[in-house]
Amino acid sequence: MTMTSPQVAAPAGAAAPAARTSRRASRRSWAGWWFIGPFMAVFALVFLAPIAYSIYLSVFRNQLIGGTAFVGLDNYARALGDSQFWSALGRVSLFLAVQVPVMLTIALVVALALDSGRLYGKSFFRISIFLPYAVPAVVATLMWGFMYGTRFGLVGNINQAFGLNLPSPLSSELVLASIGNIVTWEFIGYNMLIFYSALTVIPKSLYEAAEIDGAGQLRVIAAIKLPAIRGAIVVASIFSVIGSFQLFNEPSILKSLSPNTISTYFTPNLYAFSLSFSGQQYNYSATVAIIMGLITMAIAYAVQVRGMRKEL
Amino acid sequence: MSVQTAARPGSAGVGTSSPLKLRTPRLRSPRTTGTRRSRRSLVLTLLMGIVLLYSLAPLFWLLVNATKTQDGLLNSFGLWFDGDFALWDNIARTATYDGGIFLRWFANTVLYVVLGAGGATFLAVLGGYALAKFDFPGRKAVFAVVIGAVAIPGTALAVPTFLMFSQMGLTNTPWAVIIPSLISPFGLYLMWTFATEAIPTEIMESARIDGASEARTFFQVCLPLLTPGIVTVLLFTMVATWNNYFLPLIMLKNPDWYPLTLGLNAWNAQAGTAGGEAIFNLVITGSLLTILPLIAAFLLLQRYWQSGLSAGSVKE
Repeated sequence: MTMTSPQVAAPAGAAAPAARTSRRASRRSWAGWWFIGPFMAVFALVFLAPIAYSIYLSVFRNQLIGGTAFVGLDNYARALGDSQFWSALGRVSLFLAVQVPVMLTIALVVALALDSGRLYGKSFFRISIFLPYAVPAVVATLMWGFMYGTRFGLVGNINQAFGLNLPSPLSSELVLASIGNIVTWEFIGYNMLIFYSALTVIPKSLYEAAEIDGAGQLRVIAAIKLPAIRGAIVVASIFSVIGSFQLFNEPSILKSLSPNTISTYFTPNLYAFSLSFSGQQYNYSATVAIIMGLITMAIAYAVQVRGMRKEL
Repeated sequence: MSVQTAARPGSAGVGTSSPLKLRTPRLRSPRTTGTRRSRRSLVLTLLMGIVLLYSLAPLFWLLVNATKTQDGLLNSFGLWFDGDFALWDNIARTATYDGGIFLRWFANTVLYVVLGAGGATFLAVLGGYALAKFDFPGRKAVFAVVIGAVAIPGTALAVPTFLMFSQMGLTNTPWAVIIPSLISPFGLYLMWTFATEAIPTEIMESARIDGASEARTFFQVCLPLLTPGIVTVLLFTMVATWNNYFLPLIMLKNPDWYPLTLGLNAWNAQAGTAGGEAIFNLVITGSLLTILPLIAAFLLLQRYWQSGLSAGSVKE
């Protein structure tokens, strides 16, 4: 649970001048609970209680005969031997390994280009590239799904116009890449904004110093900008890791356009969803979700530790 | 974090010659690098133009195809207009199809956004203020729990939340969508960093000395200072609620309570069912109508959310 706290707790200390901290300390009282209390009450209801209930569910099994029985870690053992679960996990891992670096690299390049002050129409670029973030995943997926279509989509148009026979982006070989494209489209702007916001607050004095030293643009990027926004890069990576492992909306919606290429266990999330809402296997579904939660936290933690170590 | 790192440029080999001021002024406005390094580059602009095109082309496709009839969709080139311009007709049909259910979905979405995103922002502002400006027992624990919870996948919560809510009789009601939307850990985090920067403790002290209660200090003294941060959090929670798909998908069975996202998906899936009428032109027009309000909000409120984010990232 404390995985990301060091990273966020650190700036608290750094930001608050010592005087302010001590003054606050002198006022240590329960007054703050008037303000944090409402948040924590709802948080307990919609986060903590479901997590606890999930763990409870995962150690039981609902049997046809005998009702619900305590089975210890049996559900976990079953998941570890479940080839559908592994295939789903493998698919999102591949997705993570390819899509996240591509997306973050493009976002970073755009942010650096915006920050370099060498673009014409900078604010037009910034807002336009960010816009896809405001598009719901449902609309983004339907839109791209239609465009992918060989019937009235662009791929169909191109095939017709040039007499080509391009493979359908929704075929089973290409569908994961096509989903990757949709997710990349949705989140380049969001990540770009995280990077750009971090870049804009680098103290200008650093650039002046670099200029005196005769450093060029690329040198400034490598030596000042990238190290300075490492925190933002780590945060964006963690969000992307979590997002990849939770992949659900895009495949779930594409399924109606391409029912044969997306299985019910295409991603772990889709698998957990099908297990509980089509299969009524609530206990096993909760188990799959908990395992994914643990894996996600472990990888997010690893990303964070790695990012922080480089900094030191 | 960025500020801390910037303090040690020596390790990177450049910038050692200058004494560095670490404490950046509060709420710096975005830096205008352009003034000094004003050599604009056509090549760079064109290269970025590719990303720009990639970002805007699908939206252009949506706009173009919202003007086509169902036949036109099948028979014309995707990235240009068809002969007959059917946008107004499509909008009218979208709004009236199936007894005007689209308008109902639109109203539902607005309801979820107003109560869900509005409530989430309110709770995040109060909570962020508490974390930034008060030392209370359990502060660190609150912090660790909330931040850790961000990493928990939605599905880990979805199934148990659904089962819990169904026992409480909340599923298939608007509350099942609104209540979970009230928590935005990202919003809390953003407000916490923003309030730390934006509210000088001295102001709070003097309000207290003047005899103001904690509530009065917050609402009359601190709240106005938090405006850019509040707008930012509101926009992001609005996007999250407006675009929410997974939560309503599991919670709602009755189409009368669907938000737009679920409704559009149902219309799209309708073509695949036996005897279902293919209404792709309405799906596309409905999609366009769904995204317009958010795009308008982002464009109109640019000034606020961009300064809100910059201030937030000081402490990232």
